[in-house]
Amino acid sequence: MEDLGLWVIPLAILGGAIRVSTPFLFVSLGEVLTERSGRINLGLEGTLVFGAMSAYAIAYLTGSPWLGVLAAAAGGAVFGLIHGLICWLPRVNDIAVGIAMMILGMGLAFYFGKPYVQPVAPDLPSISFGWWSDVPQVKAALRVNVLFLIGAVLAFAMWWMFRATKVGLVIRVVGDSTDAARAMGLRPALIRTLATAAGGAFAGVGGAYLSLFYPGSWNEGISSGQGLMAVALVIFARWNAVACFGAALLFGGAGALGPTLQSVGVSEGYYLFFAAPYVLTLGVLIATSSPTRAMTGAPGELSITK
Amino acid sequence: MSFKSFSRRGFLKSTAAVAGVTALPQFVAADGHAPLTVGFIYVGPKDDFGYNQAHAEGATAVKAMEGVVVVEEENVAETTDVQNSMESMINFDDAKLLFPTSFGYFNPHVLETAPKHPDVRFQHAAGLWSEGMPTNVGSYFGYIGMGQYLNGITAGHATTTKKIGFVAAKPIPQVLLNINSFLLGARQVDPEITCQVIFTGEWSLAVKEAEATNALADAGCDVITCHVDGPKVVMETAAGRDCFVCGYHANQAPLAPEKYLTGAEWNWAGVYTGMVQTVLDGGTIDNFVRGGLADGFIKMSPLGPAVSDASRAQFEAVKAEIMAGGFAAIKGPLNDNTGNALLGAGDALVETDIALESMDYLVEGVIGSTS
Repeated sequence: MEDLGLWVIPLAILGGAIRVSTPFLFVSLGEVLTERSGRINLGLEGTLVFGAMSAYAIAYLTGSPWLGVLAAAAGGAVFGLIHGLICWLPRVNDIAVGIAMMILGMGLAFYFGKPYVQPVAPDLPSISFGWWSDVPQVKAALRVNVLFLIGAVLAFAMWWMFRATKVGLVIRVVGDSTDAARAMGLRPALIRTLATAAGGAFAGVGGAYLSLFYPGSWNEGISSGQGLMAVALVIFARWNAVACFGAALLFGGAGALGPTLQSVGVSEGYYLFFAAPYVLTLGVLIATSSPTRAMTGAPGELSITK
Repeated sequence: MSFKSFSRRGFLKSTAAVAGVTALPQFVAADGHAPLTVGFIYVGPKDDFGYNQAHAEGATAVKAMEGVVVVEEENVAETTDVQNSMESMINFDDAKLLFPTSFGYFNPHVLETAPKHPDVRFQHAAGLWSEGMPTNVGSYFGYIGMGQYLNGITAGHATTTKKIGFVAAKPIPQVLLNINSFLLGARQVDPEITCQVIFTGEWSLAVKEAEATNALADAGCDVITCHVDGPKVVMETAAGRDCFVCGYHANQAPLAPEKYLTGAEWNWAGVYTGMVQTVLDGGTIDNFVRGGLADGFIKMSPLGPAVSDASRAQFEAVKAEIMAGGFAAIKGPLNDNTGNALLGAGDALVETDIALESMDYLVEGVIGSTS
């Protein structure tokens, strides 16, 4: 293998962005869908972990990673549906329900996932975009998983949906004003429940990526809070699906910085580099905040903006 | 049964009878004595291909012993949680011998709980028992650095880039000793070899471990080992990047059968059954127990298919030297990786030297920093 010197750093950030971003991307897309309809689902961390477990278990039992992805999506949709149905009841706080669902999801995943820590399940396929290069590092960085590509397409599709389709308009109306939606003859609670269920399915697929591709195994510490970070990313991305894609890439790349700097010899203060993604988030939030206007793009019915 | 006839007294009577019948074999062993209840506490899942699995395999061996009942609890945090777990094993399960197996359980949790239960024996892994601490506490550990030294020999033969990699959790003495031993073993083969270390900062952090492994592969390392709680992710990721791997804690050969060279494994089964037998016989376990390859505290995984004949020969020769006792992996002349002299020519720290348990440096040839 060749020694690339400091070129390793940008390459590792690129590779990290592609490898690590996918779960962030799927969870944040799911959360955009949910929040645009006027609900917050904080339970997506639990859905992510449950998705990772169910995908691994089904892929192991059936031998097909794609059936695992389907199972994770279905499981995620059920979690979203339960969240939506509970929030349908009067005077139920969606944030509190979300936290409960998060703990429930993790508990169920740990309980059912016990027998699957040891077995090795088949991985999702990836496409090598590094065929033009002889450098093994470049080849490795450009090994792109199919779910990453699907996620990228979905981000643009969702952006277009909110911008140009009737479904997108309906979700936005429900999210911005319950009264206006009612006046139009829409049923806000039903639409929010469906949006939450769809958002849950997205998060489940994000979990499938964790257990079936990268890092590619199921254990109880597989997520370590990525689902929660992704929910925060939605605010960072101002409820814009394409911006979520960018934010997820940024987070993935920044996360690769700590290990890579150590590998080129910048080894002092690695705890600080590990905090890079969070420092970045704080910086961007401060830079884009304004004392005079409300958060741009925030759905009007969201319980945190009301 | 109608609801009325279901009286409280009747209920208590019948449940007591049922409980008595089911509990009978538990409380009376074959020879008529009450069996010894032994408790095992793990910081993570007991099937993690790593640290906890190694202890759980020891517990499984204890379960098979006559006159012993084993209770286990996993995923117990290194907080007051472990005190609650120990108290509940003592008070509800009547445990007389406890194995809280994680490093962070010792101080203050074991040291605070032990004086309250003088009739219970606490055996803690990895801790440093010293005079003045409660006498019903013992600490035991193995010289697994020697295993990493042997790992290093196979790594030294396998590497073509002369760069080997180490994914480490935290810069504590045991981890630093493993890193240094791994490099020094490899340098027995070729003194040009360097070892790149990446710290992840936590014992179990799957994504960061995978990123660290990828960064090592990107930097040109072609043999990788680790010291994290569950090496599964490191092994699979490294093998996926076409690197050779050396295992740690338990045998990870099934995860990368072609790429697995060997591994430094704990061998708690013999140690635990020995300690339990001592208690059963009415004896006392020493407060401070250490052991290495020769004592059966650690063992090496069978050598993998990629290990060459030359590698195998040197591995077996050094292993025989270690088995003979008094072996020193850390010996002079030796500098740390910032250029300070550590040991002069002729000086050596043999495997049993207590100074190794407070190691705070990386030796020359290790690329990385302890802070």
